Amino acid sequence: MKAEVQPYVIPGLAALTLVLALASLAVGPTGIGLGGGEQAWLILTEIRLPRTLLGLLVGAALGLSGAALQGYLRNPLAEPGIIGISGGAALGAVVAIHTGLAASLVIGLPLGGLVGAAGAMAVVLWLAGERGGPITLILAGVALASLTTALIALVLTLSQNPFAAVEIVYWLMGSLSDRSMTHVWLAAPPILAGVAVLARLGRDLDALTLGEEVATNLGTSLPRLRLLVVAGTALAVGAATAVSGTIGFVGLIVPHILRPLVGHMPSRLLPASALGGAALVLAADLALRIASPGGGIRLGVLTALIGTPFFVWLVVSTRRELAP
Amino acid sequence: MSILIKDARLALGARIVLDGVDVEVPSGRITAVVGPNGAGKSTLLRACAGLLPAQRGTITLTGRPLDALSRAELARAIAYLPQERAVHWPLAARAVVALGRLPHDDADPAAIDRALGAMDITLLADRPVSQLSGGERARVLVARALAQEAPLLIADEPTAGLDPAHALALFALFERLATEGRTVIVALHDLSLAARFAHHIVLLANGRAAASGPPADVLTPRHLEPAFGVTMLCTNVAGLPIVVPISTLP
Repeated sequence: MKAEVQPYVIPGLAALTLVLALASLAVGPTGIGLGGGEQAWLILTEIRLPRTLLGLLVGAALGLSGAALQGYLRNPLAEPGIIGISGGAALGAVVAIHTGLAASLVIGLPLGGLVGAAGAMAVVLWLAGERGGPITLILAGVALASLTTALIALVLTLSQNPFAAVEIVYWLMGSLSDRSMTHVWLAAPPILAGVAVLARLGRDLDALTLGEEVATNLGTSLPRLRLLVVAGTALAVGAATAVSGTIGFVGLIVPHILRPLVGHMPSRLLPASALGGAALVLAADLALRIASPGGGIRLGVLTALIGTPFFVWLVVSTRRELAP
Repeated sequence: MSILIKDARLALGARIVLDGVDVEVPSGRITAVVGPNGAGKSTLLRACAGLLPAQRGTITLTGRPLDALSRAELARAIAYLPQERAVHWPLAARAVVALGRLPHDDADPAAIDRALGAMDITLLADRPVSQLSGGERARVLVARALAQEAPLLIADEPTAGLDPAHALALFALFERLATEGRTVIVALHDLSLAARFAHHIVLLANGRAAASGPPADVLTPRHLEPAFGVTMLCTNVAGLPIVVPISTLP
């Protein structure tokens, strides 16, 4: 068997993402035809365009940072949540809802999320220490993730207002509905900055395939690489979580599916996972709009519902492959 | 490219492995570092590769302090092959070898082909390393270091897991590199290979360099027996030097 690189992966994923983005603009509870007039134009630009753009940005952020973290930690089970960034963003957003900041200010909620993500990044880097390796980063991230989960639960129980509690629970499930261009303008700069940081790490992640000593011998600075992985994830996933809530499994599954198609090379996996993540989030959001127009199922719930059985299948097939 | 280590203290965490070592690695020669387990061979090699700063003393690469070189300069000057043979993703063999070109930013196919050919793995180039035997994988990793085409090659037990034919071929290759003016440092357990191919021997024992010099001077029972704690037979068969451990000393 050969470790083949499929040359059409990136163009194929790009085409798929484009088609899904166009479909996301075209599909909704209100049918809008060509020449639908002012109302149709408003629906397109004020409702569907921000939703589509956020789907692209959030999906790319989750897929790319999943691939970068799996490459850095050299562990196919790593995902953005493992280093505590999404937990920090979620906590920040939940506090914004609880304190009423989210209700009084349109950008209050995402702003809270961004602050939470930045705080989580500072804590995880401080906990992991200056010279720590992947293991200390995982330990620090897991500790931080459980702490944020506990604090979110604490905020929920302290919440006097039942509406705020319901809003928190709904928000935590992740969604792209009812977002405006304000959300896009707020989330796009940090997500794009994070994507720019992570997309340039391919060379160092490739070198790390042969272990830390060889990577250093090939010219990689490990402390710098770790800082960039964490900072890039904090920017991209922190901002994504701040506007969309927690959308699980995308950062775990997308790199997993695409890895064999790019010859397992971390540098080629980065752009493929960004596109794959965008395609998956757009597809899941589209499926929701078609299957549950009333908004009964939340996006984060759907990705976990699709993701879990898929993941089980993946584990079983890996087990079969590795069996003697 | 020569390396000069003066009065160095090398430590792994809190444990001082080597203290007060003076080692000279001559340019354009094969230097073999030998010694019992835990004597500090790998530590010395890491320090030579610029991966482990000395706590005391100096390490210079043709007159320049090693820690004054940038990462990029080091990557082009030194190819380092660790004992650990980790390949974390099942890349194709050729993709692993191509990683050796990262310091040059060129993925030069000619250099990659040369390295594949030198290690006799051209036919395995498209196979994922996860499907190779231990010895084949070891050759792929040696080829990665060769593809770096650095003037200094540092290899930690490169023959471990290789069959006799490939071990001999590897040392023949090291000889060729040396005649081209490149410097080779290897840590070795096979003292007969060291006696036959190395130009210079560094014997480590008890945290210091117990002896160094040409093989005929160092690979003798007088130096080896106290260092390894075994009686040694050092002889010649058909004009080739042979060093064989006989029995442990009481």
